[in-house]
Amino acid sequence: MNIFDILQFTLFVGVLTLLTPPLGRFIARIFEGQRTWIHRPFSWLERLTYRVSGIDEKKDMDWKQYALALLAFNFIGLAVLFFLQMIQSGLPLNPQGFAGVSWHSAFNTAASFVTNTNWQGYAGETTMSYLTQMIGLAFQNFVSAAVGIAVAIALARGIARKSTQGIGNFWVDLTRSTIYILLPMAFLLALVLVSQGVVQNFSPYLEAVTLEGAKQILPFGPAASQVSIKFLGTNGGGFFNANSAHPFENPTALSNFLQMLAIFIIPAALTYTFGIMTNARKHGWLIYGVMMMLFVVLTGASLASEYSQNPIVGQSGVMEGKETRFGIFNSILFSTVTTSASCGGVNAMHSSLSPLSGGIAIFNMMLGEIVFGGVGAGLYGMLLFVLLTIFLAGLMVGRTPEYLGKKIEGREMMMVVLAILAPCATILLGTALSSVLPVGLTSLANKGPHGFSEILYAFTSAAANNGSAFAGLNANTPYYNVMLGLAVLFGRFLIIVPILAVAGSLANKKISPPSSGTFEVDTSLFAVLLIGVILIVGALTFLPALSLGPIVEHVLMLNGRTF
Amino acid sequence: MKQIWISIRITLFLMLVLGVAYPVIVTMVAQVAFPDKANGSLVYDDGLLRGSSLIAQNFEKPEYFWPRPSAVSYNPLPSGGTNAGPTAKGLLDAAKERGAKLRAANLGAGDPPQHLLFASGSGLDPHQTLAAIKYQVSRVAVARGIPQNEVEKLVTDHLEGRQLGILGEEVVNVLALNRALDKVKPIPESAAQEPQQDQVQPNHPLDSSGK
Repeated sequence: MNIFDILQFTLFVGVLTLLTPPLGRFIARIFEGQRTWIHRPFSWLERLTYRVSGIDEKKDMDWKQYALALLAFNFIGLAVLFFLQMIQSGLPLNPQGFAGVSWHSAFNTAASFVTNTNWQGYAGETTMSYLTQMIGLAFQNFVSAAVGIAVAIALARGIARKSTQGIGNFWVDLTRSTIYILLPMAFLLALVLVSQGVVQNFSPYLEAVTLEGAKQILPFGPAASQVSIKFLGTNGGGFFNANSAHPFENPTALSNFLQMLAIFIIPAALTYTFGIMTNARKHGWLIYGVMMMLFVVLTGASLASEYSQNPIVGQSGVMEGKETRFGIFNSILFSTVTTSASCGGVNAMHSSLSPLSGGIAIFNMMLGEIVFGGVGAGLYGMLLFVLLTIFLAGLMVGRTPEYLGKKIEGREMMMVVLAILAPCATILLGTALSSVLPVGLTSLANKGPHGFSEILYAFTSAAANNGSAFAGLNANTPYYNVMLGLAVLFGRFLIIVPILAVAGSLANKKISPPSSGTFEVDTSLFAVLLIGVILIVGALTFLPALSLGPIVEHVLMLNGRTF
Repeated sequence: MKQIWISIRITLFLMLVLGVAYPVIVTMVAQVAFPDKANGSLVYDDGLLRGSSLIAQNFEKPEYFWPRPSAVSYNPLPSGGTNAGPTAKGLLDAAKERGAKLRAANLGAGDPPQHLLFASGSGLDPHQTLAAIKYQVSRVAVARGIPQNEVEKLVTDHLEGRQLGILGEEVVNVLALNRALDKVKPIPESAAQEPQQDQVQPNHPLDSSGK
């Protein structure tokens, strides 16, 4: 570590913290239906969306209607994206004449983009037409993020409201997050990224003659418009195969800084929004603080690992898989940002990170991506742990637990536990199965414990809706496309539906006034308990799997073993 | 059923807004405001496209500075890294092989810096560190018949500092530096006309797929 590492880290944390309150306040106003300056240029688009789609924006939905609308929307999105990829060869804006995508890859990609995962078994610049990238993939980058925000807002409403069935209107929440929050931010960021060198055109690929006389074909496309929403929506799917390591996708240190900031900015702001909507601002800051603390500690550990010596190649801070303009520090910071959020964009190849840095990337995802996390998904994922903590604390002192005035009872806890366990089970079962089936093992690129880590990373990334990879694994096979496609669907909807059920059930309750026995949720004691619960659940569930992969690889590396 | 119908309508409508109107408007603004950047920071010599200043090219002649090793042989279709794990034998072997080649080509320069030994993430990294460039200065100067201090001055002129003073790393753009060398003193015709293979074999055995 040097002085520039510390300066850049301080700048990153500082800018993020400064932007959190204003953006959080803005988001709250949008969803509480107040008029803001952004309505002047965009409110016609909101009204037009309702009219064209036949939406009654006054209707308040109960949780079942909300969930049904959400599932219907995602089902249609999945179907459209699936068929779009398969017939792209017959559609316009395909200057390279790419063929239709295979059914299994199309299913995997459709499931992955609809669920905000953006796992990619394909290579963008040699597979997808410009049209598929635009109306298929970039479109889902927007709306899958908007769905995440909608669910988090619905949960906040469930906590804030009393004695009612309604938790909001899914179509309104979807439209507002898209038009007032994601679209304007993506537009501005796209232009800044172009100013740094991210390409944005519809040109066919061009052939250059290099200085040494070789041919080199340069790929282009409408990349900046997609890359900006890829980060703001914590999607992470690269326009090009190398994702944000690609110089056309992330050309400078400044574009890199803005991309990392774009990943965290909305999830961070939502903690503040949550504080406003539930009238518990201090608690909102506490959630922010817990996230930040976990982030700083895990990033520090990852940096320490990467800067230590790899005795096999006799080098510390090995640059394999990293870009010169980012160096060690910005590669590692990006890796922890992208895995603690559910982004999955990468600016260095995670497979080539030191064993423990790669392990921390996996562990970040295993925790459920609650350290800022995906847009919306990070907040509602963290609130699952908050509810679990309150419940455990209630058990310890023998009182009915209460959260912000709402009694937490068996029904809610059942849903919370289901939502916490579903991704864990998906990760461990999927990894176990693929580690014994020959069809799972033939895709491995690395041998030894790193091969196991490739599989563990893949299922973790899928179930946590992250999308980054230990990309040596050849995942573009029928087996992995289908398995991981199912894993992303489980990891998304087995959390969202229980969350909405909790929201509905809490909305229905009365507010019980705080008494001397109420366990306060804005104290440092609560923060400590919350961190404890998060780490214990994560560690107990996953330590055995991590021991077989990154941890044993670290020990073997120190002993100089190669595979 | 009603929700399905709404889903279809809003999907088609938002596809038009977000999937067509948005990228088209961004493209129009970008093409007016930053045409050079939006089109790939391309580099031409008398109308002949020589590449992009953001995309590394293969340099293996002694007269040119060499870039980071590439898992994809500097072929952008598709980009990618080796994805070799930290305990992969292939990682060690590739580094050893490159080290031996570098020591033979840069006699007396000692052990090469690691940026010349390990492949970049994209396979298209256009930059090198100052140390990796300095390591090659003497070789380039001798091969070109240019005084060493002139080459050193060229290198210093091409060193790009950290952005805004603190972001990222200090780098040298290899293509820009090599073009500047050609301007100072082109390689003699016979060497320049030497036919080149379109793409050299991948110099690393591991796969490079996926993101």
